[in-house]
Amino acid sequence: MTEQTHFVEIRHAQKSFGTLEVLKDISLNVERGQIVGIIGSSGSGKSTLLRAINDLDPLTGGEIWLDGVQVNKTLPHRQYEKHINEVRQHVGMVFQHFNLFPHMTARENVTMAPKMLKGLSQADADRLAEEQLDKVGMLERIDYYPSQLSGGQKQRVAIARALAMKPKLMLFDEATSALDPELVEEVNLVMKKLAEEHMTMIIVTHEMDFAASVCDRVLFMDKGVVVEEGPPSVLFKNPTQDRTREFLRKHIEGAS
Amino acid sequence: MGLDFSIIPKYMDIILLGVAWTIGITVAAALLSFVGGIIFAVIALYAPWLIRQPFRLIEWVFMGTPLLLQLFLIYFGLVQIGIDLPAFVAGIIGLGLHFAVYNSELIQTAILAVDKGQMEAARTLGLSRTQALRKVVIPQAVRAVIPPIGNNMIALLKDSALVSVIGVSELTLSAQRVIGKTYRPFEFYILAAAFYYVINLCMEWVQRKIERRISVSR
Ligand SMILES: Nc1ncnc2c1ncn2[C@@H]1O[C@H](COP(=O)(O)OP(=O)(O)OP(=O)(O)O)[C@@H](O)[C@H]1O
Ligand SMILES: [Mg+2]
Repeated sequence: MTEQTHFVEIRHAQKSFGTLEVLKDISLNVERGQIVGIIGSSGSGKSTLLRAINDLDPLTGGEIWLDGVQVNKTLPHRQYEKHINEVRQHVGMVFQHFNLFPHMTARENVTMAPKMLKGLSQADADRLAEEQLDKVGMLERIDYYPSQLSGGQKQRVAIARALAMKPKLMLFDEATSALDPELVEEVNLVMKKLAEEHMTMIIVTHEMDFAASVCDRVLFMDKGVVVEEGPPSVLFKNPTQDRTREFLRKHIEGAS
Repeated sequence: MGLDFSIIPKYMDIILLGVAWTIGITVAAALLSFVGGIIFAVIALYAPWLIRQPFRLIEWVFMGTPLLLQLFLIYFGLVQIGIDLPAFVAGIIGLGLHFAVYNSELIQTAILAVDKGQMEAARTLGLSRTQALRKVVIPQAVRAVIPPIGNNMIALLKDSALVSVIGVSELTLSAQRVIGKTYRPFEFYILAAAFYYVINLCMEWVQRKIERRISVSR
């Protein structure tokens, strides 16, 4: 095991579901404050890679390091659970279908974990909820239940919920692809704001324009491998691989 | 001898005491069946094999045998092994555990039906599986089963009459005692039925209130 030199370091990640190999020897480094986009067609393994980073889908081979700590290190079961719960507190995740807790208000969604895991008082928790919900423009709806919110509003609350744990890294898995087109922008704006604040982010997306505008680097994945990566200006304009070109041709309207 | 309802007020105090016992036993057993139902469900779904087995036996006994027999067993049978319970306690435990087993079935199904993304979102925030179950999954499962559990509780109310056989002076036994003195079965059974009906309505009202309150949070 060599010392980690990058903020996030994925080394030779391999993942199989039974006999289906979904990730094939993927290595990837992300520096602090960097924003990395992952694009690729359906089933290429984007979600699996993202979910491996916080161990929702544990790898079957390879290593994941975050800020000097190996996420998927070998430990006895109980110790591993403790370790992984600790790691996950530092990694925020935003899901395609929001996964807000329907029985809690926006405030409670945001404060539940910090209260439970960091022992925040009610007053501190309320302040935290106001701060985080204000950041995503949802302060007015602080005491609404998810069922009373639109998709875009739900996703913004979900982002606030993740941010309330003060994560070092944010993972987005197609955060806008379940939204009506007119609600996409409000969520994108929140993500751009995070980008301006230099939050380290890994963003799986099918919105090429958005990836081009916020990401420092974009990866194109296909069939469990990273086919090509580079700054958006290069990857989107002058891809070197045929598979990338073909994918982009299908996904960027008006591109030649 | 014709019907004579004018006799009722004279024995109303006995009947009302019976009503109070019925309500008390029903509420206590309902709470026990609710909490017990959650505990049984969690054990059935998540406990290690060795712990699950005794609970499977309990489940089998309470589902597969008559409630009457269960009450006899708890009240008369346990004395032999040194557990001498007051009749009303034995009644509450019998009714409570009997319906806990039925509630547990409902809650298990509801827990499994909670979207997997809920557990994932909670785990992603750093909650342990137990914490996630307690704060996120089980509250949602319980909300989902309030209507069918309400039906079970109405059945519990009706079955509470069975604890009369171990000598608890609840509504049915009170009516019987009054009838023993007055030889007026029709009047007093009708009266008892009316009280059951009223309690029933109250329970439905409470259930509707709870459902309305949680409707937005589902
Ligand atoms: N839990 C699982 N069990 C078995 N196979 C799975 C599981 N999760 C994902 N897969 C398979 O792994 C492959 C990659 O899935 P993944 O969800 O990572 O793709 P994706 O790139 O995110 O696709 P999409 O754009 O549709 O979200 C797919 O073939 C999928 O069917
Ligand atoms: Mg996906």
